[in-house]
Amino acid sequence: MEEVYPLKQIIDDHGNLVDKSSKSLITRELVQKAYYHMYRIRTFDKKAKSLQRQGRIGTYPPFEGQEAAQVGSALALEENDWLFPTYRDHGAMLTFGADMTRTFLYWNGRLEGCQPPEGKHIFPAAVPIATQILHAVGASWAEKRKGTKNIAIAYFGDGATSEGDFHEGLNFASVFQTPTILFNQNNGYAISVPFERQMNSKTVAQKGIAYEIPSIRVDGNDFFAVYFAMQEATRRARTGGGPTLIEAVTWRTGAHTTADDPTKYRPDGIGKDIVDPLLRLERMMKNEGYWDEEFIQSTRERIEEEIDDAVKAMESYPKAKPEDMFDHVFAELPEQLVKQKESYLQLLRGE
Amino acid sequence: MTTEYTERIATKNITMIQAINDGMRTVLERDPTTLILGEDVGKNGGVFRATDGLQEEFGEDRVIDTPLSESGIIGTSVGLAVNGLKPIAEIQFMGFIYPAYDQIMTHVSRIRMRTMGRYSVPLVIRAPFGAGVRAPEIHSDSAESLFTHMPGIKVVCPATPYDAKGLLIAAIEDPDPVLYMEPMHSYRSFREEVPTDYYTVEIGKGKKRIEGNDVTLITWGAMVPLVEKVANQVKGRGIDCEVIDLRTLYPIDEGLIAESVQKTGRAVVIHEAPKTGGLGSDIVSIINDTSFLYLKAPIERVSGFDVPVPFSSLENHYLPTPERINRAIEKVIDF
Repeated sequence: MEEVYPLKQIIDDHGNLVDKSSKSLITRELVQKAYYHMYRIRTFDKKAKSLQRQGRIGTYPPFEGQEAAQVGSALALEENDWLFPTYRDHGAMLTFGADMTRTFLYWNGRLEGCQPPEGKHIFPAAVPIATQILHAVGASWAEKRKGTKNIAIAYFGDGATSEGDFHEGLNFASVFQTPTILFNQNNGYAISVPFERQMNSKTVAQKGIAYEIPSIRVDGNDFFAVYFAMQEATRRARTGGGPTLIEAVTWRTGAHTTADDPTKYRPDGIGKDIVDPLLRLERMMKNEGYWDEEFIQSTRERIEEEIDDAVKAMESYPKAKPEDMFDHVFAELPEQLVKQKESYLQLLRGE
Repeated sequence: MTTEYTERIATKNITMIQAINDGMRTVLERDPTTLILGEDVGKNGGVFRATDGLQEEFGEDRVIDTPLSESGIIGTSVGLAVNGLKPIAEIQFMGFIYPAYDQIMTHVSRIRMRTMGRYSVPLVIRAPFGAGVRAPEIHSDSAESLFTHMPGIKVVCPATPYDAKGLLIAAIEDPDPVLYMEPMHSYRSFREEVPTDYYTVEIGKGKKRIEGNDVTLITWGAMVPLVEKVANQVKGRGIDCEVIDLRTLYPIDEGLIAESVQKTGRAVVIHEAPKTGGLGSDIVSIINDTSFLYLKAPIERVSGFDVPVPFSSLENHYLPTPERINRAIEKVIDF
């Protein structure tokens, strides 16, 4: 099946353009956008890890190594599309327009972190596995019913393909021909279980065949391969062509979460030959004449500043109120919940 | 001075299943954002005929036959609901709701809280439940307490055709998810005058079916007609029962329970579900919290046993019987 679904690449590990036909599609603007977002979410991710180590945020699942997959996919979306992420996709969320302070707030245990900016359709990260695939199918089905051209993207990992909701989601998307992008980041591991133990099939992409869903397998560390595959898939979805399954083969550089120790289950040296997606983009920029020192410096400074500001805003955010735990469970609180809330607040007030 | 007047409203003498059908027809007509999803709900009109004729009337786009996929039905309903639609999802039997439990527990009931109200899931899940119709295995479960224990979802359970229609419309209009439990034993067992037009029955309010002074019998669903029958029988022996039909299982009408028990001083709770962790335990707690000093006897519970609902050859031994209810009433009276 690896022959049926060869790994689509536009640039190789050395940053060489291996798919010359794409050359005309690559613009300076696109390259700079890719660099900006990949550098931005990489820096965010580093910052989050360091904040966790200092006890300034809670447990955090890093996405380092998956920046090309997340930025390449999110940049291909349009303003009114829907994004259904997992807990490891805040890179994609940030790229699509999630607020950075709120993203930090989420990892600091705050409900405010689940609120997208007004008018932006970003669902809170799914913590159970594969459940969000069905939500994306449902939301995009609603768009189809309304007759819009908006689509939804569901992010999920290799482990998710073993869950029932993955199959139910693909089946619904196929039966109702919903405008859904089923975006798989195959990062090699579901916590400690490697791809080979997750499935006996050689690719995720081949799972589309059973559902008559067009699928493609791309180098998920190649921004351009992801971005152009996404463009084709979104075009198909917007023009009534239904869902697409994209397998972006990537690599989780670090641990599952900051509470996890991958040396327990990963053989020594595994993944060492994998070229970091940001480094690969930088090589390409140098090879193809897109490297502009001034742009790089100003971009980096701008991002460092943005992240520092977001951390400050997160840390100076008003404290969480115990009321918040009660107030949003229903539109209108039932009497018993009002009683529970009032009696607890009275206790807190020392009454 | 009191003014008495009778507003003449058109009614039909119909069964509960017809009232449910009528309720869905009413909202499909009134609200273009409503749609029905489920297994066999379209062409077939539902295995119990709850959606009979609705696809013909409203089209395949509003009454949708889905793949056989409970998690798929509820999971896609979440996406539809957060994007402006009001899905009415049918789970063919409550015993088949378990594959969707994850979606209901982790998403349906939490989305409003997680987003502080930015997204909500105005979804109604209809599920026929209960034993006594000689159905195959798994088809007869009463799983209400799995959902009354779940924060963020309301649970309603009509006992009569009138309440079935009114509660269904109220459930669909509710801004939050509602599990609507249909006692399949009562689907066709009796008829009642039901208004042909739109009306609602308030969620969170129980109903006194019979007034009485000696003992409060608290129940819901298919147990209501049975308990009413027992109440009428024991009246002949001089025991005056008050029968409360809860109608909503979450949020439960605590005021109605307290008021009645404070009057009678005695209570028996009757339900089909297994005893341990059953809603009866919560009702005992409510009485404890609100009416402890009014009690003249310990509260009795008549329920299913802590066993899986047995095969149909034994289901009548599992279900509360008039004999068991009688025994419990005598026990609280004679204490």
